[in-house]
Amino acid sequence: MCGIIGVFNQADEKRVDKDILLQMLGLIRHRGPDGFGIYQDERVSLGSTRLSIIDISGGDQPISNEDGSVWIVFNGEIFNYIELRPSLEAKGHRFTTNSDTEVIVHLFEEYGAGCLKYLNGQFAFAIWDTQRQSLFLARDRLGIRPLFYTEKNGQLIFGSEIKTILAYPGVQPEIDLHSLDQIFTYWSTLSPRTIFRDIFEIPPGHYLMMRGGEKNIQSYWSLDFSPGKTSPRSVQEYQDELEALLIDATRIRLRADVPVGAYLSGGLDSSTTTAIIRNFTDTPLDTFSISFSDPEFDESPFQRQMAEFLGTQHQVVYITHEDIGDLFPHVIWHTEIPILRTAPAPLYRLSELVRDNHYKVVVTGEGADEFLAGYDIYKEAMIRRFWARRPQSSLRPMLFNRLYPEISHMPNSQAYLASFFGAGLLDTQARDYSHQIRWRATSRAKRFFSSRVSDHLNRVDGAAADEIIYPPGFDDWDALSQAQYLESTIFLPQYLLSSQGDRVAMAHSVEGRFPFLDYRVVEFCAALPPALRLNGLVEKYLLRRIARKWLPDEIWQRRKRPYRAPIHRSFVRADGSTPDYIEDLLSPASLKAAGLFNPEAVQQLLMKLKSGKRVGETDDMALAGIISGQLVWRLFVVDFQRHAPPPIRYEELRRDCSPQSVVAGGQHAV
Amino acid sequence: MTIEAQIKEYIAKNLLFSSDGFKYSDDASFLEEGIVDSQGVMELVLFVEENFNIQVNDPEIIPDNFDSVSKLAAYVRRKSGAS
Repeated sequence: MCGIIGVFNQADEKRVDKDILLQMLGLIRHRGPDGFGIYQDERVSLGSTRLSIIDISGGDQPISNEDGSVWIVFNGEIFNYIELRPSLEAKGHRFTTNSDTEVIVHLFEEYGAGCLKYLNGQFAFAIWDTQRQSLFLARDRLGIRPLFYTEKNGQLIFGSEIKTILAYPGVQPEIDLHSLDQIFTYWSTLSPRTIFRDIFEIPPGHYLMMRGGEKNIQSYWSLDFSPGKTSPRSVQEYQDELEALLIDATRIRLRADVPVGAYLSGGLDSSTTTAIIRNFTDTPLDTFSISFSDPEFDESPFQRQMAEFLGTQHQVVYITHEDIGDLFPHVIWHTEIPILRTAPAPLYRLSELVRDNHYKVVVTGEGADEFLAGYDIYKEAMIRRFWARRPQSSLRPMLFNRLYPEISHMPNSQAYLASFFGAGLLDTQARDYSHQIRWRATSRAKRFFSSRVSDHLNRVDGAAADEIIYPPGFDDWDALSQAQYLESTIFLPQYLLSSQGDRVAMAHSVEGRFPFLDYRVVEFCAALPPALRLNGLVEKYLLRRIARKWLPDEIWQRRKRPYRAPIHRSFVRADGSTPDYIEDLLSPASLKAAGLFNPEAVQQLLMKLKSGKRVGETDDMALAGIISGQLVWRLFVVDFQRHAPPPIRYEELRRDCSPQSVVAGGQHAV
Repeated sequence: MTIEAQIKEYIAKNLLFSSDGFKYSDDASFLEEGIVDSQGVMELVLFVEENFNIQVNDPEIIPDNFDSVSKLAAYVRRKSGAS
């Protein structure tokens, strides 16, 4: 796992100043502290920070093909590189390393952009073909690894994190108000937007090909829930097939020349992947998890139970409200985007624990909730549709009690449930039917926008929901699949795998690996009959049938509990005190200077929190969004230079390559 | 200040965080307009209990009493008159 950067000259042929590349690399040293390298010619500059996991001695980057005409910098893992290699060797490709990186180079030589369909992995890479004079940037199917770019003065500048781009001369960060509006609707921007104007990401499952001044962005894979792609089988056959796939997906994710650990949340998904490692491999296993001082959020009894059951060496990081408040600015430096949650903060601390235990790789359970239908939002949509068939029924909406116990504790909850979930009830043909309630509730937090922001949005933009691009055939999919598609293309890559995934893990040089996100597993799940994903109101039905063989009853039968972290109590403590930075960050002067949020409204919110009054979900989301929005402005727009870590020193470079460095592998040492 | 005005001021300040007051009509549905969430209803209950010195009984916490300024004001009047 690593970080990459690069610059492509669309017009000029002028070498980029090496000091700039060293500065860009310094900003992502955390992604790959084990080795640095660059490649430069008149047209292109590439840079890499490497976290060595596979072929520790030989895998330094950049790497080229046999004659030095194709160069790559690569972030991620290709898990099937061992299977891919023989056929490339049979075609005459000569390998000089044992790395997965080199496999991509030769595959690209052989198939061009078509190489992507052979790769099973999590990746973002840049390939420079000196003969065709083409630059190829690609990202994995589901968006596990990040890749951002911008165009400025005839140059394409790219990097694993936005901060590398901000370090490039002439790039001026500006908060994109439309993106802010998206975050306060969907909990994230929609790809390819970032919070910064004119800085974009390569969308998941896409590549960008650049030749001369011509830029071409193409999709090479997309999530497809079309029915009838597989012949019907018995439930047992489906179950056996999924089980075999999951075991293989986990097995190839243990390929590494360093020990692999696992996150254990106490839920079904990470317990399943951990059990597979235990039952089907010889890997000795350390597990890691988060416990909270706040009992409302703590799951540690289940984690301990699983660790004991599986006999793993288990370590726990203990998180208090104060920790979350204090860590938040560091977390936002890594997320590079406002967030309406604090859940990434404990994960930031967890990756630190993992690193301090000398682990670089952890297997986790992400993806099962998306593709095997674990989330409440799927059930909520199902109940709404069930109720919409008999809108007069007073019994049907009572099913919401099963989903949202906090509401069911309200007196007369049924009257209110009907009101909350009844909005737009009969609009069942709407493509975003499943997500309307959530997006509408989140949008309430926009009442804190400054008049500058609201005026701009009213003037320039229409309804945010109109921007979602639906794939062909979407209208013919079943309702569950439609909901899963939205969740898996918005929340998963744009928040869960980034702010709560890659960024907080890589902050401490830790790589997550996700068996449920193996594309074979994803494609299999998308083709399952919907009732094997969500069965009545039993979520992850097929997975439960598999997991019961390996897990204690209390774990496989447990109802899904979302991973959350406390918000308002992390920023305004019981005694009314706040973390040091809050006072200044949320002062009327700072709020006015940033121009994003209404100072009076924010003061009202703080007063309400300090008074100890009841705090709702909207207040929580707004508070996290305001603080993180202000932090993004402060860290990246106002004070970037002050927060930027020092550049890589030239002496730290293991490779400084140029077109003359014609021999691949190990030969370019500075 | 009328009961309606007090309710509007409270909502503007504590739920809408708006400095320019409550800009909806007195009959606008709190839920349909997205003015309150589930937590907001409980906040309103606390507010009328404390501010108007009435006791809100569980069966009374229903949209018919709590879903607009006029409904809530009417409820408060009924309760105050009755107590």
